[in-house]
Amino acid sequence: MNNKQEKISEILSRVSGKDETPGPDESLFDSGYLDSFALADVVAELEQAFGISIPDTDLNPRRFESIALIERYVQSKL
Amino acid sequence: MKNAFVSGFGAYLPSRVVTNAEIASRVGRTTEWILQVSGIAERRYAADDEDVADMAAAAGQDCLQRIGVDAGAIGLLLVSSGSSSRRFPGPAPETAKALGLGEIPAIDLPLASAGSLFGMALAADLATAYGNVLVIASEKMSAVMAAEPADQNTTILFGDGAGACLISPSAGSFCITDTLIQSDGSFARDLALPLSGPLSMNGRSVIMQASRKMPRAIVELLTRNHLKGNDVGAFLLHQANQNLIDKVARSVGVESGRFFSNIERYGNTSSASMLIAAAEWAATTSREPGRHICFTAFGAGFHWGALLAREC
Repeated sequence: MNNKQEKISEILSRVSGKDETPGPDESLFDSGYLDSFALADVVAELEQAFGISIPDTDLNPRRFESIALIERYVQSKL
Repeated sequence: MKNAFVSGFGAYLPSRVVTNAEIASRVGRTTEWILQVSGIAERRYAADDEDVADMAAAAGQDCLQRIGVDAGAIGLLLVSSGSSSRRFPGPAPETAKALGLGEIPAIDLPLASAGSLFGMALAADLATAYGNVLVIASEKMSAVMAAEPADQNTTILFGDGAGACLISPSAGSFCITDTLIQSDGSFARDLALPLSGPLSMNGRSVIMQASRKMPRAIVELLTRNHLKGNDVGAFLLHQANQNLIDKVARSVGVESGRFFSNIERYGNTSSASMLIAAAEWAATTSREPGRHICFTAFGAGFHWGALLAREC
C-alpha cells in the first residue's frame, strides 16, 4: 500500500473498530467491513484527514467501494 | 419568529399488528436481524378496505378532537402521502370531505418521508393567508410492500398510519420559530416508487445523504437562532431507522434520549411517522413552556429540512 492508502486504511480501521483492513481492491461492503452508517463517518474522517471538502453530490457509494477507489477520489480532490 | 403556532397533534394507527416473525418468514431473515438493522420489532398494517384517505381522516379527526376545534374553523388542508393508490386525484379532497371541511382548498403533497415536515413548514407561511391549516400525512406502505418477491431491505421497514397537526396563525401550544426546507434531485432514482414497479431503494446512498443532511439542517437552524443542540428539549424526527436516529443524535452532539422514538412499535410509516411521533410525544410529555422542539425529516427526492418551535 502507498502512503495515501495506508492513511485511508487507518481511517477505515478506526471507524470500523477492526484491526485488519481489506485489500486495496476488495469491496468494503461485500466483505462486511463497513455498513452504510459507517461509510458516512468514513467520509467525514476523509475530509478532516486530507483537508478536502466532499460535496453531497459526490456521495455515490460506488466511489467509496474500495481503498483504491477512495484513494483515486481523494487524489482528484487534492 | 413566524406568525404561526402548532395547536396540537393527532394520529391514527391501524389495529393489525405485524410482528417481525411474520416479516422474517417472507424475507428469509431472522427476527433478531430485523431488530438489529432497523430497531423495529413490529409495525401496523391497514385493512384491505382502508385507504390513505380513510387513515388521513381518522388522524385529522383525532387532532381536531384533542384540540377542541370545529371542522368549520379550518381554512386549508394539506395532505402528504407517497403511497396514494391513484395518480390523481390525491387523497386531500376525499379527506376534506370525510372531515366535513366544506369547500376549502385541499392540496396534496406527494412527498414520501419528508412530507409532514414540508407540510408544516408551508403551513407556517400559509396560515397568515388561510387561517387554521390542518396538515395530515398518511401512508399505506403495506400495499407497496405487497409486491413479490419481497425485498428484505424495504419490507422489514415499513408500516401504515397517519399523523396530523393544526397550524394556527394566532395562538397555539407551540410557536414556530423558524423553518428550513431543501430539495436536491441529484439522487432522485435512489429512492423511488415507479407507477409500474416496486419500491427501489439504494440504501447506502439514502443513509449517506440522510446522515449528512439531517444533522446539517438541524445545526444550521439552531445556529441561526443562537441555540445549541443541548438547548433543545426534544427532537422529533422522521422515524426511518433507529440506527439513523442514533447517528443523527451523535452528529448533533446530543444524547439520544432527547430524540423521541416509537419506531420499535410502528416501523417506518414514511411521511406520517414524524407527526405520529409528535402526537405520541405530546400525549405522554408534560408541558414545559419555553422548551425548544426540533422537527427533522429526510426523504425521497431528496427532500429534507428542520423546523424549530418553542412551547408557549
